[in-house]
Amino acid sequence: MTARTVRVAAGQGFWGDWLEAPVRQVRGGPIDYLMMDYLAEVTMSIMQKQKSRDPRLGYARDFVPLMERILPDLAERGIKVTSNAGGVNPRACAEAVRESARKLGLASRVPIGLVSGDDILPRLDELLAKGHALRDLDTGRPLSDVRARVLSANAYLGMAPIVTALQRGAQVVITGRVTDTGLTLGPLFHEFGWAADDWDKVAAGTVAGHIIECGAQASGGNLLKGWRSVKGLENPGFPIVEADPDGSFIVTKHPGTGGVVSVASVTEQLVYEMGDPHTYITPDGIADFTTIRLQQAGKDRVRVSGIRGRARTDMLKVSIAYFYGYKAVGTLVYSWPDAYEKARAADRVLRARLRDLGLEFEQILTEFVGVDATHGPLAGPPNPDIPEVQLRVGVRSEHKAAVERFTREIAPLVLTGPPSVTGFAGGRPEVQEVVAYWPALIDRREIEPFVSVEVLDA
Amino acid sequence: MPDSRRVGAARSPRRLIQLRYLAHARSGDKGDTANVGLIALKPEFYPLLAKEVTVARVRRHFKGMVRGVERFELPNLQALNFLLHGALDGGGTISLKTDAQGKVYSTALLRMEIPVPAALARRVRRA
Repeated sequence: MTARTVRVAAGQGFWGDWLEAPVRQVRGGPIDYLMMDYLAEVTMSIMQKQKSRDPRLGYARDFVPLMERILPDLAERGIKVTSNAGGVNPRACAEAVRESARKLGLASRVPIGLVSGDDILPRLDELLAKGHALRDLDTGRPLSDVRARVLSANAYLGMAPIVTALQRGAQVVITGRVTDTGLTLGPLFHEFGWAADDWDKVAAGTVAGHIIECGAQASGGNLLKGWRSVKGLENPGFPIVEADPDGSFIVTKHPGTGGVVSVASVTEQLVYEMGDPHTYITPDGIADFTTIRLQQAGKDRVRVSGIRGRARTDMLKVSIAYFYGYKAVGTLVYSWPDAYEKARAADRVLRARLRDLGLEFEQILTEFVGVDATHGPLAGPPNPDIPEVQLRVGVRSEHKAAVERFTREIAPLVLTGPPSVTGFAGGRPEVQEVVAYWPALIDRREIEPFVSVEVLDA
Repeated sequence: MPDSRRVGAARSPRRLIQLRYLAHARSGDKGDTANVGLIALKPEFYPLLAKEVTVARVRRHFKGMVRGVERFELPNLQALNFLLHGALDGGGTISLKTDAQGKVYSTALLRMEIPVPAALARRVRRA
């Protein structure tokens, strides 16, 4: 048990985030933990697809070279890592990181922990047969409606297996679908020895995790209030939580970095993707965001306190991805004079050709970038002298052939449609597979006995 | 500049101003629902937001763009949270929209006008 402050730093806010951030977090000042969140709702299905092609894949592959860069720093400074980079193949990911550690001669100094058991794809039919309908939380439809098209199914695990891995001496904990907030809660519960049913502490750690899980979005990135005065974004300081054993904490960033940590920057992140603020549900408990108190406690330091929570529920969320169909988006740019009028005329021509070809689409969506793409009709009519307008047409269909043909109908408009058109150098639009998200709930007793924690041999 | 038509009785003159002068905002998504967290630029603006940025007004503002609106109050953060259901044309990976994840729905709400005391309208627009 620790009586001092514990520092948890955010290294990645999503798969594809700034690669320099984790390196600067471990070298730019004292931290105890580096947490790296890789998994968004549909990330698991992309990884599942990669794994089905090659059983050694199915995790965030760029995590491995990244770890190779920072493993010497982790060993030297004793910094621990929690990450859900393991995706649908946490074992392969953990073994790849161990290989890097071996190469660097650090395997015995940096034990790798592995958390698995969130993947319920192999058990899906058994669970359905037992009467778990896994209904879509939004539509109420039972999973049996799309069972044949399911690509991945993972239960959201909480902090418990991370705490166990840390207790067993792991310095790098690699997981599959552990919640974003669990990656921060695990270190705090491990360090402070908080009881798992101390709901206010669970809520406090959950809020801390929520604040840093999107990386620099809490420290000046994407900050609307006073955005012109946010300096140094070429070297954004990713957020760091300095947690105290009483459940309060400071949000800050390393000195000498850009961005800003202010009540405004933290508040914008708190409301990001918010539902009912009284009831922020995680596998570990429920946090009440209406109890959060924020206070500027110095330059780039915000104090967070007062957080209250409630007991966890009996259910775990399950993230299911299934194959939906195909889509493509084509764009062309029309120039002054009459840019908007030309773009609209081109859209009419395109739609008539698609209709005459007898192609079936579930949807055709037209947007005019520069006119209505982000605010729709709220933007009002465009300036008649607008210098250019991008025509952007998207289609979606269960028929791949229809979408493919659509992608061949964009470029011909250049020579066969309205004039003053350019911006087609990117070539034919790409046909994309649409993988859709199916959120459901399941009794946690069906999941928890299958969760496994191990520390790999050096 | 926002429309500044006079509204209300002459005794306490009020003017319509856009929310951008009173609040900042961030939005995100959950399936086909966009959320917009609307945060007072100054703590003293929060009661005005709580009173004037009603579910009915927001529904009217987004008419034809969303299916339903829910509102939650966070006086501790001087913020309101709006859930805009059916705002994302299917949402997630299904949506064909540029803003499929509702990242900038926040700014669309900031276009909305609410009536405020004329003196306040003058002050915030000068700032």
